[in-house]
Formats: sequence, structure tokens, C-alpha cells
Amino acid sequence: MPASLLYGVEVLINGLMAGVLYALVALGFVLIYKASGIFNYAQGVMALFAAMTLSGIMEGDIPFSHLINAMFGTQLHSFGWNVPAIAAILLTVVVMALLAWLVQRLVFRHLVGQEPIILFMATIGLAYFLEGIGDLMWGSEIRTLDLALPQGASLAIENATAVLGGDDFYGFFIDKLDVVATMVAAILVAALIAFSQYTKYGRAMRAVADDHQAALSVGISLNFIWVLVWTLAGIVALVAGIMWGAKSGVQFSLSLIALKALPVLMLGGFTSIPGAIVGGLIIGMGEQLFEYTIGGPFLGGATENWFAYMLALVVLIFRPQGLFGERIIERV
Amino acid sequence: MLYREAGDFKTSYSLDNQTFPLKLDRIVFYLTLAVAFLVVPLVINDYWASAILVPFLIYAIAAIGLNILTGYCGQVSLGTGGFMAVGAYACYKLMTAFPDVSILLHIVGAGFVTMVVCTVFGLPSLRIKGFYLAVATLAAQFFLVWLFNKVPWFYNNNASGQISAPERTVFGVPLTGPNTEAWAMYLVCLTFCVASAFIARNLTRGSLGRRWMAIRDMDIAAEIIGVNPLTAKLSAFALSGFFVGISGALFFSVYLGAAEVGESFGIDKSFLVLFMIIIGGLGSIFGCFAGAAFLVVLPVVLKFIGVDILGWAPDLVAHLRLVIVGGLIMFFLIKEPHGLAQLWRVMKEKLRLWPFPH
Repeated sequence: MPASLLYGVEVLINGLMAGVLYALVALGFVLIYKASGIFNYAQGVMALFAAMTLSGIMEGDIPFSHLINAMFGTQLHSFGWNVPAIAAILLTVVVMALLAWLVQRLVFRHLVGQEPIILFMATIGLAYFLEGIGDLMWGSEIRTLDLALPQGASLAIENATAVLGGDDFYGFFIDKLDVVATMVAAILVAALIAFSQYTKYGRAMRAVADDHQAALSVGISLNFIWVLVWTLAGIVALVAGIMWGAKSGVQFSLSLIALKALPVLMLGGFTSIPGAIVGGLIIGMGEQLFEYTIGGPFLGGATENWFAYMLALVVLIFRPQGLFGERIIERV
Repeated sequence: MLYREAGDFKTSYSLDNQTFPLKLDRIVFYLTLAVAFLVVPLVINDYWASAILVPFLIYAIAAIGLNILTGYCGQVSLGTGGFMAVGAYACYKLMTAFPDVSILLHIVGAGFVTMVVCTVFGLPSLRIKGFYLAVATLAAQFFLVWLFNKVPWFYNNNASGQISAPERTVFGVPLTGPNTEAWAMYLVCLTFCVASAFIARNLTRGSLGRRWMAIRDMDIAAEIIGVNPLTAKLSAFALSGFFVGISGALFFSVYLGAAEVGESFGIDKSFLVLFMIIIGGLGSIFGCFAGAAFLVVLPVVLKFIGVDILGWAPDLVAHLRLVIVGGLIMFFLIKEPHGLAQLWRVMKEKLRLWPFPH
């Protein structure tokens, strides 16, 4: 095979890996949208917040130390211990669950029955709020997340595939972290599916997604399910935050992956979990491939900023509900 | 007592149909205009102009534009920042291509250019609705910002990739460039703002505005009673684009003087203007002003309290500001989803009966 084609394949594989991460964020969107009809713009900031919290807990920083120092003139910074990764992850899950409960109790419980656009606006407000709280709690400098995940190019893959091409091809360059991320994402999706199929609460969750009133009438607590769903979305956000954080540091730009997840959702349909995954993979591959073949050489690069949106737009013109969404039926 | 309509008789249809049917409202309105045009330019200084008044007026124009689209026609747009960039770059290109033509015409011309661009990006709205459309308008936002970054023609091939406004004068008074005085900046923005509000208010009262509202309330039903969705939606996109373009042109040429597209017209701008109309009130011209004032003044006040009075670090105050703005948005949506305009209406009702509410 010619080397350029093989490099194209490499780009495709790397795009697939990036797509997995988009799909992870999109998954959090779909969970909340299905169960409560809320289009949660704050999902990306939740990922950032979760990653910051995890990193802050691991390094033993004191939450709000910056604010406390400013208010009382103290010099607090750190508890002076390091929490092991597993314990920190569990603690972060607790924090995300608490956050889910607070969000549900203080905000969305008061907005039940409002128009979708109002709910959407509220989540944008939530995004700003969380971003500010995250910075206040842990400071705004770029953090590293050291979970001892494997990093760097995988030599095994590189050597194994080098034989495919000629002399100027050195094998596929694939980051180990991406492979780990893909596996973690697969496990997460499997766990979510198992949870929603085989547990009592999972079934209740699906019932709520299907029909609020019917679910209410058989004795399912909507409030509890909504808190549950926000918690699950928080956990998904944590996983996405860990993966992106390990890859490129925990910083503000992490919250922008929410913007990347939006076209994924449009492509896959807001209500479909398989759609979110397939959409993520298509977008991840599509934008890398476009950048490699057309964007980079002919259009001056950086096309991945908008390609996903344009792709989603074109698909939507032909299928307004997305590839996997429920058919939109409108009645007067 | 304070605010009443007793004794205010209408003897003709046109009297009954005017924008401010109450005499008191009219008096307040004309007084406000008189103060804004005659008194404020005399007392304004650089700080007030650049920190509060000029951004307020410019954002109010943008909010009017977005409100036509989102508040009146029900098409949610997250591309306002991108369309403002179109206005800014169109204004820049016009200013440098035709240096002898008045800057005021360039600004209006930029509005027309944005109108065309906005209509093109409005085309998918005929097929896509709701959130899908909102996300689709993000395509406009990112694509336009990318375009202005990558194509050197838009910034006249200069090395920095920025656009900066050359000095242009009207009646010998510089309106753009470094020598612009605060009152000139303020007056030109005020003129555009009042004209925009006047046009928008009258458009939304007329047949076009009614068609937009019919589409907003239920597009299928509107189609059945004979509203053409194609013209209604596209005209909303076009007019919205016109006002947003003008605000973008003013923002760049008069207010900033120099702009870099990703920084000045990023996605943040889209959200900011959207917040303005949400907090101010969807489907209300007054709401555009209220929302713009609120979101322009709030950060200034918070910065003043945090940095100047309490003496905290600026970055800490910036974080607190995010928390407060985000919290306020949620609070407003819970307490009054129809925004400040609705609060104002409620207050007027109360004032009408005050001090004998029963």
C-alpha cells in the first residue's frame, strides 16, 4: 500500500479515538435530555469541574482557599497530603452526586413545565455558575491530572504495522492513552446499558424517559430519577474529564468539548444513545479526514473548528431528526 | 395614583394605536430622549462612555436584532457573534475601499451585507427547528470566525491579522480612530440605537411582526392560516442580521477601534446577547434595553465593589462575577421567565392602583 494512504488510515484511526471522547460527552447530554427534556449545555463545564475537583482532591488543595485568603487575610493553600487516585475518584463521584442533587433541588425543580428554551438558558446559566465555582474552589491555573494512565506512542502497534508500508512508512502512531480511553468508554457504555436494562432504578429511568406521567402514575419518583440522571451525567462527565485532562491538562478549554458534542448530538439525534456514539465516531473521523485531505492542504487549516457543524447541518437538511432520532411528529 | 390613565381619552383610531398610548408614557419617553441627546453629551467623560454608555447602546442594537429573530419569530440563534463579525469586517472593507464616502453610510452598508449573510444562514431554518436550529446557527458562528481568520482579503493582508479602523470624520468631527471624543462616540451610537429601536418597534407592530409572532407561537398553525413560513422566517433572519450587523460595525469601528475576530466576536458574544434578551424579556423592545443595561452595568459594579472597595485580586473577582452572573440568570429564569420587561409591566399595574390596591 502507498504510504500516503496508510497515513490517511492513521489519521482515520486517531479521529476515531477523538470521536470516542466526543461521544462520551454527547452521552451525558442524551441521558439528561431523554429523562427530563433538558438540553444540558453545562455538560462540558461539568466535565471540567469534575476533572478540577479530582485533581484538587488528589493534590490535597483546600477548596475556596483563594477566596478565604482574600476574605480573612489567611495564607491557606493545601492540606499537605495526597489522596490516592481511587479514593479521590470516589470522592469526586460523591461531589458530582451532591451537585446533581443541588441542581435538581434548587434550579430545575422550580422550572418543571417551562418551555425547553427556558430550560436550555438555565443550563447556560449553570455552565457559567459552575465555571466560576470551579475556579473559585480550585484556582484557575492549568492543572495536571496524574492518574498513572499509560501515555505516549504505542511502540507495539507502531512496530507491528510498520511492515504494511514501504520504506517511508514507520507504522501507525497511536497514543496509548487513546486506546485506554476507548476501552474505558466501551466499559462505561456497557455498564450504562446494563444498569438501564437490569436494575430497578435503570428501568425506572427508562420509564421516565418514555412517558413522565405514566411513570408518575406507577409510583416512580420523578425527582429521584432526575437526580439519578444528573448524577450519571456527572459520572460520565468525570470520565470524559479524566480522559481529556490526562491528554491535554485540566484547563478552561476542556469545557469547550461541549461545543464539539453538539454537532455529534445533531447528527445522532438528541434522544438516541447509539446515535451519540455513532455520531461521535463519524464526527471524530470526518473532521480529521477532512483536515488531512482538504482543509490542511487547500483551505489553510484549522477546519476542525467548524467542519463538524457543517457536516451536521448538511445531514439535518435531509434528516431533520438526526440519523437515529425519533421521528418528529408535529400536530396543530 | 402615580401612573394612571384616567382622563386620557382617545378620539381616533390612530390615537388609540400609537406606541405610547398614555400621555404620561409619552412625556417620560420624550424627556428621556431629550436628556439622552442634549444633556448627556455635555457631561459625558471617557470612563462613562467606554465602560457603560457606548457598550450599552451597541449591545442594545444587537439585542434588538436578536430579539426580532428569537423573541418575535421564535428562531433561536447562537450565531450573533459571527454576524456581528460580518458587520465589523464589512464595515472595515467598506471603510478602506471607499475612504471618501461617509462612515455613517458604511455602517448602514455593513448592516445590509450582514443582512444577506444572515439570510443565507437562515435557509436551514425552513427545514430544521428548535434546538437543532440553535446548534445549526453555531455552524455560522464557527465558520464565519474561521473565515475571517484564514482569508487575508478580509483584513487587507496586514501582518497582525487584526482590523483597525482608520480615522473618519463627519462634519469635521472624528468618529473613528484614536482621536474620537467621548461625546461623538456616544452620539453616533445613540442615533443608531434610537433609529433601530424606532424601526424595530414599528416593524413588530405591523403585519410583518404579526406574521413573525404567528410563526413563533405555532408554525404549522400559522402556515395553515396563510402565513408563508419562507418569507416570514427569512425576513426575520434578514432584519435581525441588519441590526446585528450595524451593532457589529459600531462595535468595531466606533467602540473598539481595532478588533481580532476570535477575541471580539467569539461564541461568548453570542451567549452574552442571548442572555440580554432572556433577562430583558423575549419579544419586547424595552426588554432589549433593560437586558443590555443589566449585563453591561453588572460586571462594572461587581468589579467596582470587589476590586476597588474590598481590594480583592482581579482574577478572584472575575471568577465571582461568573458565579453571580450564572446564578442571577438561573434566579431570573425561575422567578420571572419573561424577564425584566414583564417586571416592568407588573410594576406599572401596581403603580396604577397605588396606594389603594383594593
